[in-house]
Amino acid sequence: MHRTGALYGQFKTLEQQKDTATLGMWIFLVTEVMFFGGIMLAYTINRHTYFHAFAMGSNTLSLGLGGFNTVVLLASSFTMAMAVWSAQTSKKGLITLFLSLTIFLGFVFFGVKYVEYAQKFHHHLVPGKTFDIFYCVRNPAKCSDIDAADMAKEKEEIEAAVQADPDLNAHAQLYYSAYFGMTGLHALHMVIGAGLLFWLLKESVAGRFNAEWNNPVDIVGLYWHFVDIVWIYLFPLLYLIDRHK
Amino acid sequence: MSEHEHTEHIVSPGMYLAIITTLLILTGLTVGAAFVNLGRFNIAVALLIATVKATLVVLIFMHAKYAPERTKLVIIAGIFWLALLLFMTLSDYASRVDYRGVRYPMTQIISHTLGNRG
Amino acid sequence: MRTEATGPAPEMPEKHYLNATYGIRSWLLTTDHKRIALLYLASVTFFFFIGGFFAMMIRLHLLTPNGYLLTPDLYNRMFTMHGVTMVFFFLIPSIPAILGNFLIPLMVGAKDLAFPKINLLSWYIYVVGGLFTLWSMVNGGLDTGWTFYTPFSTLYSNSAVAPAVVGVFITGFSSILTGLNFLVTVHTMRAPGMTWFRLPLFVWAHYATSIVMILGTPVIAITLGLAAMERVFGLGFFNPAMGGDPILFQHLFWFYSHPAVYIMILPAMGVISELIPTFARKRLFGYHFVAAASLAIAVIGFVVWTHHMFLTGQSTYAAVAFSFLTFIVAIPSAIKTFNWTATLFGGSISFDTPMLYAFGFLGLFMIGGLTGLFLGALGVDINIHDTYFVVAHFHYIMVGGAVMGYLGGLHFWWPKITGRMYPEWLARIAAFILFIGFNFTFFPQFILGIMGMPRRYHTYPPEFQIYNVMSTAGASILAIGYLLPMVYLTWAAFYGKVAGDNPWPATGLEWKTQSPPLTENFEVTPVVTWEAYDFHNRPDLGLDVPAGKGSPGVVAPAHGDD
Ligand code: HEM
Ligand SMILES: [Cu+2]
Repeated sequence: MHRTGALYGQFKTLEQQKDTATLGMWIFLVTEVMFFGGIMLAYTINRHTYFHAFAMGSNTLSLGLGGFNTVVLLASSFTMAMAVWSAQTSKKGLITLFLSLTIFLGFVFFGVKYVEYAQKFHHHLVPGKTFDIFYCVRNPAKCSDIDAADMAKEKEEIEAAVQADPDLNAHAQLYYSAYFGMTGLHALHMVIGAGLLFWLLKESVAGRFNAEWNNPVDIVGLYWHFVDIVWIYLFPLLYLIDRHK
Repeated sequence: MSEHEHTEHIVSPGMYLAIITTLLILTGLTVGAAFVNLGRFNIAVALLIATVKATLVVLIFMHAKYAPERTKLVIIAGIFWLALLLFMTLSDYASRVDYRGVRYPMTQIISHTLGNRG
Repeated sequence: MRTEATGPAPEMPEKHYLNATYGIRSWLLTTDHKRIALLYLASVTFFFFIGGFFAMMIRLHLLTPNGYLLTPDLYNRMFTMHGVTMVFFFLIPSIPAILGNFLIPLMVGAKDLAFPKINLLSWYIYVVGGLFTLWSMVNGGLDTGWTFYTPFSTLYSNSAVAPAVVGVFITGFSSILTGLNFLVTVHTMRAPGMTWFRLPLFVWAHYATSIVMILGTPVIAITLGLAAMERVFGLGFFNPAMGGDPILFQHLFWFYSHPAVYIMILPAMGVISELIPTFARKRLFGYHFVAAASLAIAVIGFVVWTHHMFLTGQSTYAAVAFSFLTFIVAIPSAIKTFNWTATLFGGSISFDTPMLYAFGFLGLFMIGGLTGLFLGALGVDINIHDTYFVVAHFHYIMVGGAVMGYLGGLHFWWPKITGRMYPEWLARIAAFILFIGFNFTFFPQFILGIMGMPRRYHTYPPEFQIYNVMSTAGASILAIGYLLPMVYLTWAAFYGKVAGDNPWPATGLEWKTQSPPLTENFEVTPVVTWEAYDFHNRPDLGLDVPAGKGSPGVVAPAHGDD
């Protein structure tokens, strides 16, 4: 279909085109909900069945890093919303600014996630043959990044957990399967989102968006907010199981 | 047919600011709540707060509040189908008994928290 | 051989979508929904014959009780690759991606689907997924059954599970994108006057199918993703040794795969809803009910899935509930069947090839659906689960129903797609051969199932041989029945008699444009002022349909006749 200006040939009006694209994105997001739904289900069942192992696993995550990333992602949702607002009100400079900020925050998130993942590799907490929930308490020297007080606490927790669940190692591995599965999928979505944001940035620098034509900003915004919502659930589900001991 | 005659609603930056502030406060709240022992209500509180946050994002950041009915229908359908997947599958786990009459671990936990030893 | 055209014989239009541009690039980079439909036609047919080859190997092997053709290992690979190919690469894309793609924009009066580029993308995704799966088939094959049950698939199988699973995973996204495109198109691209209740039931059926595609397919995608990760990285959700639960895999698999059987049958039902009014020259009885039944099937189809798991360790209470729900899902299908039959009453019926397929569909689908109820009854299923009864059940629906619908639709719209007629008598003969071959192949399997022959075994006791011989003989007839249309439809595309715009004649908007249509479908956007299948108030069709046959009055009713 040929295209006249911003209007693709299969549509009659820009309004119809915008309507169509927006509906398309919403429907796509519903497929995403179902996509994450499958792994949520696996998580729910195992969390209930192996609560002690899941609580143990959750406590090995850094609340500071997770909380920080939550704030970062929420902030990026805010800057994304502001980018949409700037487009709707034809403030071309601000569109570019807010898109850049959103990308920047996205990369901060990646950075923190990298640190977290690296730690888990280092501590033998990645599912597979080398997985060992006892690795750090048995080899404290190899986990020098955990300070002594935390290490003592972790040791205590692990001992209590083994009491409650003799097969702790296997079940903690299920927790980490859920952790890496869910955060990995989420990060993959962020990567795609970041790619889309870069494309928007390029277009906005070229001055493409204004009050009449801002559909792409709007639609990528929907996607970005969705990714944020996923994290809004992942954070309590993965980081906050049973913190009160 | 003329479902596409809504005029675009522009949400003000002030509104966005209010929402992000609320979201940050709720994040603090959910972390705080995790350190209080509420027994089996911990998960309920965490999910409740997350759902409030998600609702704010959907309604305001994603403009669902100002979207046509059709968009709302799509959202509700998504939530409904997710609930079908989760709850109908869990209905199996929650009532499972194996051939020896032993209940599935999850069942034990549920009945344990509910205080019956069935 | 309906109306002998009065006046001059029709001629091919000068310009149409097939000759608008030339060259391989103009096809591989096309965004025209009609050309994409033909791309799908070519690739889906390719997979159909691959799947057919595997089927012939199975049937030939089962000719004798001890089967000399294949080793047990190879036999396992054959039925697995047959199932995977036919389900994921033939049945699911067949009617939606070919006929739906071609017809939905025409039927709603649009120039194209809402997202033409995404439409093309979906075809490429399909091809990439297909290549992955083909690659796995020649490099180690696949022996898990099309259901990929864990922990066999994740821990024990020595075949190429990971690449095959990745292939099916990828293909899933093509299905999601097709469904998304259809949904949006029906919502926002309808021509003026094309209200929801003037939509042809073919469109309603595809709307319902699309709902299933977008809500179910993501779940199988994540499930297969988890299974692949489990095989490669040892994730553990489905591994009992680690505390995982293999039954969870089955839940997730069937949450998609039961609704997926409706992805296969709903579009075929849509085709039948077009064929029957056209060849009975009567408005479809109970239009609104049939439309609503499609939606009901899409929704209820999502809450019956554990009837595939009655013999696993799932909760007995859940099994009872799902058995009950399974009974409910048969109701909308029955409503449709009754309405199609009622449409025939008092109609002026003609027996052109598409109508023969429609009749075939009615009978075979009914048998398939009713035996589904046998299986859905908890107590009965315990005896016949995983026997040939199940095999016969779903082949009656998937081959007797879906493939008959597909072929009927292909014949019906071939004049629109190519501008030319197929040879009518040859086509009728082929339809008969198919019907006879089909029943010879699959009816004996009901008996085998009742006698207790399990499915997926490479050997059987000698007393079962007679039925297996019948089945193999039938399969050979069936093979001829499939080759015939393949040959004469291809021939007709180039040398058939020129068809004209509306050879049947039928009432849909697609018949109001030239055959083959222009790239933009219509010269001017049509304005719809008539109800669906309203033969009585369509003087433009040149028919002499007496009022009173299925029409409540001479004047067009505002909202149909139910
Ligand atoms: C009319 C409503 C239907 C009912 C009540 C029904 C019921 C059932 C039941 C209970 C089973 C499980 C049997 C067993 O494994 O023991 C089954 C299997 C199956 N059905 Fe149906 N069915 C219906 C329609 C369909 C349709 C429309 C299709 C396909 C287009 C279909 C395809 C299948 C397939 C493929 C299987 C076997 C799956 C496998 O184990 O490989 N069914 N059906
Ligand atoms: Cu089923």
